[in-house]
Amino acid sequence: MSLEKNDYTLYPDNSGHFGTFGGVFVAETLMQPLEELRLVYEKLITDKDFLAELDYDLKHYVGRPSPIYHAQRLSDRAGGAQIMLKREDLNHTGAHKINNTVGQALLAKHMGKTRIIAETGAGQHGVASATVAARLGLECVVYMGAVDLVRQALNVYRMKLLGAKVIPVESGSRTLKDALNEAMRDWVTNVDDTFYIIGSVAGPHPYPALVRNFQSVIGREAREQCLEMQGKLPDALVACVGGGSNAIGLFYPFLNDESVKIYGIEAAGKGLDTRSHAAPLCAGIPGVLHGSRTYLMEDNDGQIVEAYSVSAGLDYPGVGPEHAWLKDTGRVNYDAITDDEALAAFHELTRVEGILPALESSHALAYAIKLARQMDKDQTILVNLSGRGDKDIHTVASGEGMHE
Amino acid sequence: MSRLDGCFDALKSDNRCALIPYITAGDPEPSVSVDLMHALVSAGADIIELGIPFSDPMADGPIIQAACERALRHHTSLSDVLDMVAEFRTTNNTTPVVLMGYLNPIERMGYEEFADRAMKADVDGVLTVDMPPEESDELVELLGSKKIDPVFLLSPTSTDSRIQKIATAGSGFLYYVSFTGVTGASHLEVDEVAMRLDRIREQSSLPLGVGFGIKDAESAAEVARVADAVIVGSALIHFLEENQDNISAAKHNISILIKSIRKSIDIIRLEG
Repeated sequence: MSLEKNDYTLYPDNSGHFGTFGGVFVAETLMQPLEELRLVYEKLITDKDFLAELDYDLKHYVGRPSPIYHAQRLSDRAGGAQIMLKREDLNHTGAHKINNTVGQALLAKHMGKTRIIAETGAGQHGVASATVAARLGLECVVYMGAVDLVRQALNVYRMKLLGAKVIPVESGSRTLKDALNEAMRDWVTNVDDTFYIIGSVAGPHPYPALVRNFQSVIGREAREQCLEMQGKLPDALVACVGGGSNAIGLFYPFLNDESVKIYGIEAAGKGLDTRSHAAPLCAGIPGVLHGSRTYLMEDNDGQIVEAYSVSAGLDYPGVGPEHAWLKDTGRVNYDAITDDEALAAFHELTRVEGILPALESSHALAYAIKLARQMDKDQTILVNLSGRGDKDIHTVASGEGMHE
Repeated sequence: MSRLDGCFDALKSDNRCALIPYITAGDPEPSVSVDLMHALVSAGADIIELGIPFSDPMADGPIIQAACERALRHHTSLSDVLDMVAEFRTTNNTTPVVLMGYLNPIERMGYEEFADRAMKADVDGVLTVDMPPEESDELVELLGSKKIDPVFLLSPTSTDSRIQKIATAGSGFLYYVSFTGVTGASHLEVDEVAMRLDRIREQSSLPLGVGFGIKDAESAAEVARVADAVIVGSALIHFLEENQDNISAAKHNISILIKSIRKSIDIIRLEG
C-alpha cells in the first residue's frame, strides 16, 4: 500500500488518539490493566503462532472467508449501480461479532484469564462471547440492560444454553450503555482474573484499535475478492454504524484507496429531527463516555440521553472514536436511515434475493439502494451484510401487526 | 496558600486526620444540598466533596448511581452545582470544597468557562474520575491559572511510574482508592492500604486521602492511623436513600455518623 499524504491506517497514535478523538478516559484503577492489555496485544498480534491460531479459528470455526454475493435482482430493481453483499451473516452465530470475540478470547487465553465478561444490547455480542467462552471452557458473564433482556428473550436463552450467566442491569436507562457501565464496574472489581471482551470499536484505548484489527478481516477479504471477481475495487462501500465495528472492519483496509467512496449509516429511528434516533455522528456532538472522546447524544448539561432505533444493535448513544475522526477528516460520509426505510429494505432483500438481513444491516442496504440509483450500471457498491435477520423476525412481525 | 493546603497544614500541626464527606449535589433534590453541606461542617467535616451528578457514573456502586439518578430527576446541572458552592460560600469562607465527577458535563460546559465559573464560585479542587493525568493537560493548566487544585486518584494497580506521574500532575491532596472496585463496596484491608501509602509517600509529599469502603467510625479510625484524610460517601448517601421523604431525619442520621467518625479518628490519633 502506498503511503498517501494522509495515511489513514496509521491511527491511533501512540497514546490511543485519532486526532482529538479516542484516548483513555477511565478511572485510575483501569489504567494499568489497559496498559497490560495493550502490551500483550501488540506483542501477540505480530506473533506467528498467535496469528496462525487466529487464522485457523477464523477458517474452521467461524467459517471464513465469507463470500461476496452479487445481488443481481436487487440491483436491477434499484436501477443503477451493481450491489454486492459481503456475507457476514453466514458466519458462525450469524453475524460479524464472532470475528472479534474469537480474537479477544485468544488474547484472554494467552493472558491466563479464567473469566470472560461482556456487555450486550441486542444479544449478538453476548452470544458471540458466550460461544467462544464455551469453546475455551472459560466462565462467562454477560451484562444486559433489563429493557433489552425482555426485548431479546431468545438470545438470552441462547446465552444461557451456552453456559453464560446473564445479569440484568437495572440502572440508568437499562439498555446497552448501562450494560457497558456495569461490565466496566465488574472489570474494575475483578481485574486480576477477568478479561473484558468489548463488542464494538468503542471504549478506552487499546479496544477501538484492537477490535478494528480483529474485524478488519472483513475488509481485507472483501478487497481481494472484489479484485478477483471484477478486476477492480468497488466504487463505494456502505455499512451500518451503531458502535461501528462491522463498518470499520470493512472500511479500514480501503481507507487509503482514494477512488473508493465510503458511507457509514446510522439509525435515524423515527427521524433525526425527533429525539428518537441513534445517530450521534449525524446529530450529536463530541464528548467523553465509556473511556473515549467521540460523538455522543447528550443534553445541554452533558448528560447522556437514551438512543432509539428499531434495531437493537444500533441503539447506542455513542460511536467508536475512529468514526468520529473519519467524519471530521471527511474520509467517510455519514448519513442516517429511518426505521421505515430499513424495514422496507429488509423486505426487499428477503423477497427478491431470499436473504433475510439483520435490521442493523438493513440500514446499510436501504442506503445502498438509494445510492445505486444515482450511479451507473457499471459501477459497484459493496454493502456489509453484517448479520442475519432471524433474530429480528419477532420485531418485524409485531411492528407489522401494529400497522394493520 | 490554597484553602486545601491551609486546611491540611493546620490539621497536621494538630496531629489530626481530615474528615471528607462526599454527597452528590442535588440528591435527593437540589434545594437540600447547601443546607446539607453546612450540616456536614457543623458535625465535624474538614473538607466537602460535592459530587457532580452524571448519567453514567462508571466508577460508582449502586448507592451513588441511585444518588445521581435522584439528582438528575431534578435536572441538577453542573451550573447548578457551581451555584450551590457560591451559595455555601456566602456563609462559609473556610471549608474547602472539592468537586468530584465525570468529565462529560465539564466538556459540555467548556473547560474555560468551567474553570472561570469554578473560580468565581470559590471552588478549591476538582477531581475528575475518568480523566487520568495523561488526558488532563489542558484542564489542569486552566484550573492552575485559577488557583484551583486538580485532585487525582491513585489505586492499588498504580505502578511506581504512575504514582510519580500523578503526584506531579495533582495538587491539594491525592485520593487513594483503597481497593479495586466501585464506591460503596466493602473490601477494605487496612494493612494493605498502609503499605501502599508508604510507597506513595516515597514519591510525594502531598497529603493522602483514602476513600472507598469506609463505612463507620471503626473503619474510619483504622484508616486514620495511616492516612491524612478519610473520605466517606456511600455510607452517608445511604441515609438519603432511606429517607427521601424525610430530609431532616436523613440529615440527623448523617450528622450522627459524621460526629462518631470525627470522634473516633481524633481519638485514634491521640492514642498515637
